[in-house]
Amino acid sequence: MKTLLFILAQVPVPKDLDLPLPMPEWFLVGVLVVSFLLHIIFVDLMVGGVLLTLWFEWKGLRNKGYDALAHEIAKTVTVNKSLAVVLGVAPLLAINTLYTIYFYSANALTGLAWIMIIPLVTVAFLLTYAHKYSWEKLAQQKELHLAIIGVSALIFLFIPFIFLTNVNLMLFPEKWGTVKGFLEALMLPNVLPRYLFFIVGTLAVTGLFLFWYFGRQSYEFEEKLPDLNRYQVRKMFYGLAFGALAVQVALVGPILISTLPSKGISPTLVVTLLAGVALVAPALYWMWQDMTSPNPVHLDRHFGKVASLMLVTVLVMGSGRHIYRANAIEPHRELMAEKTAAYRELIAQHAQAMQNNPSGELLADAGGSAGEAVFQKNCSACHAQDVKVVGPPVTEMVSIYKNDPEGLKKWIKAPGKKRSDAPQMPGFAQLSDDELQALSEYILHIN
Amino acid sequence: MDFPIFHLDFLNNRVLIAIIAILHVLINHALAVGFIPMVTFMEWLGFKTQDERWDKLAYKIMFVGFVITTTIGAMTGVGIWLSSSLINPYSIGSLIRVFFFAWFTEWIVFVTEVVLILIYFLTWKKSNASFRSKGKHILLGVGLSVASWFTMAIIVGILGFMMDTGNWLTERSLVHGFTNPIYLPQLAFRTPLAMVMAGAMGLFLTIVFTKKGEEIRYKALRFLGGWMLFWMPFSLAASLWYYKVIPTLMIGNMAVAVGTQDFQDWYNLLTKFIFGALGVSFIVALASRWKPQQVPAYAYVVPVIVMLGFAGIFERIREFIRKPYVIGNYMYSNGIRVDEYPLLQKEGVLKFATYVKHREVTEANKVEAGKDVFMVACSRCHTTSGINSIVSVFDRMYGGKGQPFPQGAMKNYIKNMHNARYYMPPFPGNEKELDALVSYIAQLQVYPESIEGAQTAGTPVQTTPEEIKQLSERILARKESERNDKQLAEKSNTEANLKQ
Repeated sequence: MKTLLFILAQVPVPKDLDLPLPMPEWFLVGVLVVSFLLHIIFVDLMVGGVLLTLWFEWKGLRNKGYDALAHEIAKTVTVNKSLAVVLGVAPLLAINTLYTIYFYSANALTGLAWIMIIPLVTVAFLLTYAHKYSWEKLAQQKELHLAIIGVSALIFLFIPFIFLTNVNLMLFPEKWGTVKGFLEALMLPNVLPRYLFFIVGTLAVTGLFLFWYFGRQSYEFEEKLPDLNRYQVRKMFYGLAFGALAVQVALVGPILISTLPSKGISPTLVVTLLAGVALVAPALYWMWQDMTSPNPVHLDRHFGKVASLMLVTVLVMGSGRHIYRANAIEPHRELMAEKTAAYRELIAQHAQAMQNNPSGELLADAGGSAGEAVFQKNCSACHAQDVKVVGPPVTEMVSIYKNDPEGLKKWIKAPGKKRSDAPQMPGFAQLSDDELQALSEYILHIN
Repeated sequence: MDFPIFHLDFLNNRVLIAIIAILHVLINHALAVGFIPMVTFMEWLGFKTQDERWDKLAYKIMFVGFVITTTIGAMTGVGIWLSSSLINPYSIGSLIRVFFFAWFTEWIVFVTEVVLILIYFLTWKKSNASFRSKGKHILLGVGLSVASWFTMAIIVGILGFMMDTGNWLTERSLVHGFTNPIYLPQLAFRTPLAMVMAGAMGLFLTIVFTKKGEEIRYKALRFLGGWMLFWMPFSLAASLWYYKVIPTLMIGNMAVAVGTQDFQDWYNLLTKFIFGALGVSFIVALASRWKPQQVPAYAYVVPVIVMLGFAGIFERIREFIRKPYVIGNYMYSNGIRVDEYPLLQKEGVLKFATYVKHREVTEANKVEAGKDVFMVACSRCHTTSGINSIVSVFDRMYGGKGQPFPQGAMKNYIKNMHNARYYMPPFPGNEKELDALVSYIAQLQVYPESIEGAQTAGTPVQTTPEEIKQLSERILARKESERNDKQLAEKSNTEANLKQ
C-alpha cells in the first residue's frame, strides 16, 4: 500500500468535484497527450524561432546576409506563436477536466506567476510584431531593434519555468503544505532538468523545421536571401538539430531520468523511455550520413524518415510523461475518490434526515411565534430591538404605530422615504396577509 | 475548502477576473465578431468598384484588428480561464465538466478561426495579383466572419447557463445546459452590438488612416455610418428583448424583493446606456452618412467610448444577475454547492475543509478560526483591507466610524443577510463558526490586517494521518468486498455450468 508514504507526511487529501468526468478517462488522456504534442511543437517553433532570430540578427551586424535570414525566421514566428496559443487550449481543457484538483491546487500555490503568464506573453507577442514590422524603419537603430527581440526572447525563456513548475508541483500533494510561493515551487526537484530538456528540444525541433522551410520548392531562396547559399544554410540547421538531439540523448535525457522522484517510476515507464531513445538512434545515424555526404543532393535523402521518427519519438516521450504522472498520483487519487464518496454519503444521509424531520431554515431561530419567525427572516437584518442598525429600532415603530396596526402594515407593503441619512426601505409586497398580520402583532406587542 | 485559497486582499479577487474578461469581450466584439464582416465588406466594395483605395484602407484597418486580436485578444481569452481557476476553481472546474464538448468544439472553431485569420491577413497583398485570387480572398473573409461568430455563439451558451441553468438541474445534460432561457436573447443582443461596435471602431480608424480632404475618407465614413445605422435597429430591438427577459430571471433568483433596489439601480443604468449610447452613436453615424465633411475628427472618439461602455455595463449586469449563484441554483459564488449547505450549516464548514488551520472552533482559537471561516465563506467577494472590504461594509451599515461593531446585531444580520441582500449567498457555517467570524471581523476593525493568499503564504493542511488511515481501510474493505462478489459470481457460474 503506497498510502503508507502519505501517513508519514502531512498530505492534504481534498474532495473532488461532485460532477462525473464528461468522457471516459482514456479519451481524455488521448486528447491530452495528442493535443499537447501539437501545442508543444508550435511552442518550440515559437521559442526557438525567437532565439534564432536574435542570434542571426546579431550575427547580421557584420554580415548582411544573416540579417535577411533573421528577418525570414522572424516571419515564421508570428504565425507559429498564434498556432501555439490556440493549440494550447485543448490540452489545458483536458488537464483541467482530468486533474482538476491537482492542477488548480498547483495554480493557486504559484498564483502570481501563473497569472503573470497573461501580461508577459501578451507583451512578448506585441514585441515580436513590433520587431517584425519595424525591420526597415529601424535599420539605422540596430541596438534598439535587437533590444526589442531581446526582451521578447527573455520573456519566452522565462515562461516555460512557470508551466513546468505547475505541472511538476501538481504531482506532489505532499509538498502543497510546505511551498510558499512560486520560487519555492520552482526549486523542487526535477523542474530545472525538465527545463533544460525543453530548451534543447526546442532547438532540435526548430532546426528540423527551418531545414524543411528553407528547402521547399516554392520558397524563392535566391530572391529573398541573395547573399546566402541554400545548401549551406540548410546544412547549418540540420547540424543544429543533430547536435541538439545528440546532447538530448547523451546528456540531458539521462539527467532528467536520474533526477525523477522515484514515486512515479514503473517498469512500463522505463520501457517507454528506452523505446523513445531507441528511435532517436537511427534518426541520428541518417542525419549524419546526409550531412557528411559529398553530394549536396543527398542532404534530403532520409529527411522523410527522420521527421516521422522524430514525431513518433515525441509521441512516445509524451506518453512517458503521462505514465509518470498517472503513476505518481494514482494512490492519492484513490484516497481522494474515497473521500469524495464518503462526503457524498454524508450529504445524502443528512438530506434524508432533514426530510424525515423538516425544520426549515437551519440558522434562522425558529423558536417563538409565527410573527417572530417572519421578523427574523425578513426584518432582523436591518432592525433590532432598541438600537438603530440600518433602520430604526422596534421601539420606535411601537411609538409610532402603537394604535395603528393597519398603518404599520401599509408602510411595510409600500414604505415612503423618511430619513435623508438612511437608505429607503424596500417594499415587502411578497408577504401574505397572514404573515403581515402575525408580523405586525409581533412588532407591536413586543414590549 | 478543497483547494489552497488564492487571495488578493487589495485588488479583490473578482476585480482580477473582471479586468481580463471585460478587455476580452470588448476586443472580440469590436475587433473580431463585428469587425471581420465589416472589413470583408469594404474589401468587396473595392473589388466591385475596382477602386484600390478601398482595398488599401480595408487592409490598414484589418492590420489593427489582426495585431490586437492575435495578441491581447487571444491571451485575455486564456486569461479568463487562468484567473477563474485561481479565484473560483469550483465553478470553472464544474463548468468544464458540464460543457466539455462545447469547449472542445469551441477549440476546433478557434483553430479554424486562427488559421483563417492568418491566411486572410498574410495573403491579402498577394491576392491582389489577379481577379480570381481576389474573389477567393473575399470568400475567405466570409468564412472567417462565420467562424468568428460561431466562437461567440458557443460561449454565450455557457454564459447563459451560469445565469439560468434551465432544466439542467434535473436533466444534467449538455443540451439542457445549452437551451437555457437566456441563450437566444443574449445571442441576438450580442450579434448586432458587435456590428455597431465594429462600426464605431472602423469610423475611428478611418480618421486615423486617412487625411482630411481625401475622397476615400468621406466615402468610407459614409459607408461605415450606413453600416452602423443598418445594425442599430436590430441592436435596439434585441436590447429591449434582453431587457424584458432580465426581470423574470431576477425574480427567479430572488428570495425576497428586498434586493430590487440594488437591481433597480443597475436596471435604470442599463436603460440610460441603451438609449444614451445608441443615441449618441446614432447621431454620429447619421452625420457621417449625410455630411461626413462637417463632422470634426475628434467626434469619432465618442462612439468608441460609449459603445465600449455599453458593452461593459451589459457584462456587469450579466454578472450581477447570476448572484448569489455562480451556477444558477447549483453552486453559490463562494464555490459551495446548494446541496452541501444543510450538512455544513449543521456540522460547520471547517470540519470538512482541507486547507484551514483549525477544524474545531474553541474559545482559544476563536479569532484564528474566524479567519479560516472568512477565507472559506467570504473571501471570493470580500477583502479585509482592500476593495469591498468586510470592515468598510459593516462600517457603512452601522454608520459608526470607529464605534465598535455591535457583535450581536452582526450575527443576526449575517444569519439573514441572504434575505436582505439577495445577491449574497446564505452563511454556510454553523453557529460556532458564525461567532468566530464575527470575533475576527471585530478584531479587524481594531487591528486591520491584510490577508495573504496561498500564492505567497502557502497553505495550512488539515488532513490527519488518522484520516488517511481510515480512508485506506475503506479502500481495502471495498476492494475486498468486490473480490468476494467476484468469487461468488464465478462460483455460481461454475456450478451452473456443472449442472449443464
